[in-house]
Amino acid sequence: MIRLLAAALAALALAGSAAAGRPVQADLEAEIVCPTCKTTLDQSSSPIAGRMKSYIRERIAAGDTAAEIKAQLVDQFGPAVLAEPPKRGFDLLAWLLPLGALAVGVVVVGALAWTWSRRRVSAAEPDANDLDPDLEQRVDEELARFEA
Amino acid sequence: MTGRTKTVGQVIAVTAVVGLLALLVWKLAFGSGQGAAGSLAKGENPVAPAFTLSRLDAAGGDLTFSSLKGKPVVVNFWASWCIPCKDEAPALQKTYEKYRAQGLVVLGVDAQDFRQDAKRFMKRFGLTYPVVSDGSGSTLGKWGVTGFPETFFVDREGRLVGERIQGGIDTERNRDRYAEGVRLALGSKS
Repeated sequence: MIRLLAAALAALALAGSAAAGRPVQADLEAEIVCPTCKTTLDQSSSPIAGRMKSYIRERIAAGDTAAEIKAQLVDQFGPAVLAEPPKRGFDLLAWLLPLGALAVGVVVVGALAWTWSRRRVSAAEPDANDLDPDLEQRVDEELARFEA
Repeated sequence: MTGRTKTVGQVIAVTAVVGLLALLVWKLAFGSGQGAAGSLAKGENPVAPAFTLSRLDAAGGDLTFSSLKGKPVVVNFWASWCIPCKDEAPALQKTYEKYRAQGLVVLGVDAQDFRQDAKRFMKRFGLTYPVVSDGSGSTLGKWGVTGFPETFFVDREGRLVGERIQGGIDTERNRDRYAEGVRLALGSKS
């Protein structure tokens, strides 16, 4: 009985992992670009998009992984067939440049905000040395009277 | 912000705007995107754009377009999923057989297509002329190809002659223009 239960659990685990690793047609169609119309396959009804969809279906049925299917399509149609550029080599720039631009933007806005806030504080706090001469004289007189 | 920082910021902003305007002007003036076909349409005879692509025919290996210099060439852009390409394939094969002895080469450029589909197409229509594969369509922009099929004529000097044929060559609209293109490529006098 225990042996039977263990076998059933193992079979379930295997089925689960196979299902998790199996590529989904709709996902791949959203990640691959039609070479003639430049939209993703799920948005295209062109003849080549139809052929690519059937190719993906065939390869999934043959047991290929998503990465393998994408590699085959890149081999046929070039890297532009991928909706997202690969995260390696020169294409990595497509991912890093926007992040770099965002970081530079944050630094610039931060620096500007810091400069403006400092200017406002210094404008709000007049320099103690810039007292009106009459007022300064009155303060001196009051202080002298107080000390006396 | 100091006056100096402000000036630097203004200079950077103005430079960026001027740079973008220059790019726009350059694109409008030179980047028409019509490739060699655009020059041909203006009455010029541009040099046929060069390429090196892998062959799908029995010869195998790569084919460099410049290796055909000295020969008249009919360059036909096609794909196996294109219906008019099927209609014109027998006429292209016939041209190759008829003028091969005069040095004419029919060169098929199978673009944006699966290689195995293209090979099936070639077998089905009995194509024996050289065919190269351009899966990514890298040659299309340089030649100015806007759809399939399209046919160009290149003379022995490697220059485009005649008219670019858009659509099947074996149609009422294109038959005469195709014959004229072949004649010009061969360099025959009318």
